[in-house]
Amino acid sequence: MTQVINAPMIVDVPRPHFRPGPLGTHITIRGLTKYFAGWPLYENFDLDIPKGKIVSIFGPNGCGKSTLINMISGLIPIDSGEILFDGKSLKDTTIGYVFQNYREALFPWWRTIDNIAYPLKLMGKSKAEVDRRVEELVDSFDVKFDLNRYPYELSGGQQQTASIMRALAPNPEVLFLDEPFSALDFEMTLFIREKLQEVFIKTQTTMMLVSHDLEEAVYLADQILLLTKRPTSIADILSYDDPRPRTTATLSEASFIATKKKSLEIFQREVRK
Amino acid sequence: MSSEGVSTNAPTPWSDARAEGAAPPRKTADLAKFLPIVGPVVLVLIWDLVVRFGLIKAILLPPPTDTIITLISGLLGGPLLFDFWVTLYRTLVAFGIAVVLGMPLGIALGSNERAYRSVEFVIDFFRSTPASALIPLFLLIFGTSDINKIAIACFGAWLLVVFNCAYGVINARKQRIAAAKVMGASRWQIFKDVLVWESLQASFVGLRSAVSMALVIVVVAEMFIGSESGLGHKIINAQQVMNTKMMYAAIMSAGILGYALNVAFLAIERKIVHWSGR
Repeated sequence: MTQVINAPMIVDVPRPHFRPGPLGTHITIRGLTKYFAGWPLYENFDLDIPKGKIVSIFGPNGCGKSTLINMISGLIPIDSGEILFDGKSLKDTTIGYVFQNYREALFPWWRTIDNIAYPLKLMGKSKAEVDRRVEELVDSFDVKFDLNRYPYELSGGQQQTASIMRALAPNPEVLFLDEPFSALDFEMTLFIREKLQEVFIKTQTTMMLVSHDLEEAVYLADQILLLTKRPTSIADILSYDDPRPRTTATLSEASFIATKKKSLEIFQREVRK
Repeated sequence: MSSEGVSTNAPTPWSDARAEGAAPPRKTADLAKFLPIVGPVVLVLIWDLVVRFGLIKAILLPPPTDTIITLISGLLGGPLLFDFWVTLYRTLVAFGIAVVLGMPLGIALGSNERAYRSVEFVIDFFRSTPASALIPLFLLIFGTSDINKIAIACFGAWLLVVFNCAYGVINARKQRIAAAKVMGASRWQIFKDVLVWESLQASFVGLRSAVSMALVIVVVAEMFIGSESGLGHKIINAQQVMNTKMMYAAIMSAGILGYALNVAFLAIERKIVHWSGR
């Protein structure tokens, strides 16, 4: 019997043990690292996003708020790390995404209604299923404009409404919103904000909202995620649990004002650092 | 006004986006209709006066009325009609082949940036080379046949089609691609549902320049020895025998052809790329 004693052993460096988030976590982000032009934007970043909540992301300019949701939604590749949705990868997860620039988000070569139906067609749904779902969306959004028009024939608010309908069409598990109100006038912002809240109350879809308007961020949020300057880390996560539907009266509640004030303090502290 | 009845109970956000920009007052609109005619009328007037006062010899510049009569009678079944059709036929065949061969290649090159970068210089070089400089070369290869004229025009047009289609795909709005990607579209679906459409605007610019290019080269090629038909042939022939009326009429026919092609392509473009500029 010949046997090599002390044969060289090849041992894989064990991957760090995956640490699941607390109960009710939807999206788990572990060890997320992203470099831009040689500089770290995110380094070993961990985050848990709760299920069925709206998380508003707020932070200093250039800290990568949009980059964060773009990495989670797979639009920007990550250098390393792991992002799981209920333990699944992005590939097995249905997501919706609403862009700030609605003009370049919808496809002008198709009618608005075909834009809304597009994600359903991508999923291989039958015509009857597509029609039923689109009709459902039209009802729940109380759409009064003609969806047979081309997107460029609609006003900005109508286009963004259509964008949100398209994002919600496949009943996404997570809805990402990248400054969805920034390009809209105040009236339209109010309208779409209320629609969004309505949809949320009805469907309890997990939402991640990037906003540069603190009032809006707090108003819609269950959690406010405050980020630091780059390399970005979590400055704080504030909870805000006023009951829904929230209304203009909410804006003058003590709890709202306190949360907004606290957020602003943290934000200012981070900007000054 | 509140018939729109949205919960914001304000009609403005839902107002018809197309209704904006009311028509200008009627009177100016009526006058404005005639503005495009001013240029041609002034041009013909100057032409007439120049001939009338003998500033240019009548043998070099015939009176406009004679020329226009020659043009109209020539095109209405007279000697110009056949050459007009021959030139149009050659231009369209050359253009058609250029599109069939060029569009798929351009779109394919545009969606593969590395492939495009590797042939970019060659395309740019030949695009910058005056296609007419290559006519003698093509004469060597194809002889003085019809095929020669079509081949050289096709080559010039093809380069423009390839370049503009590739350019259109490369400059597709990144956000539309991102939107399709985030909805779970595969590479193929992004290609056929976004990239091809996005490239159409630039492609049509290419198509329009390509058809003009094809016409230019066909007319030049028709002027070469051995040609027996076409507007280019007609122009050279009339010039050789000092039939200047016919020469001007043939030149104007070529102009009419070029202009008509451009207008036709603009109309097709507006129909197909209906979102352009909106």
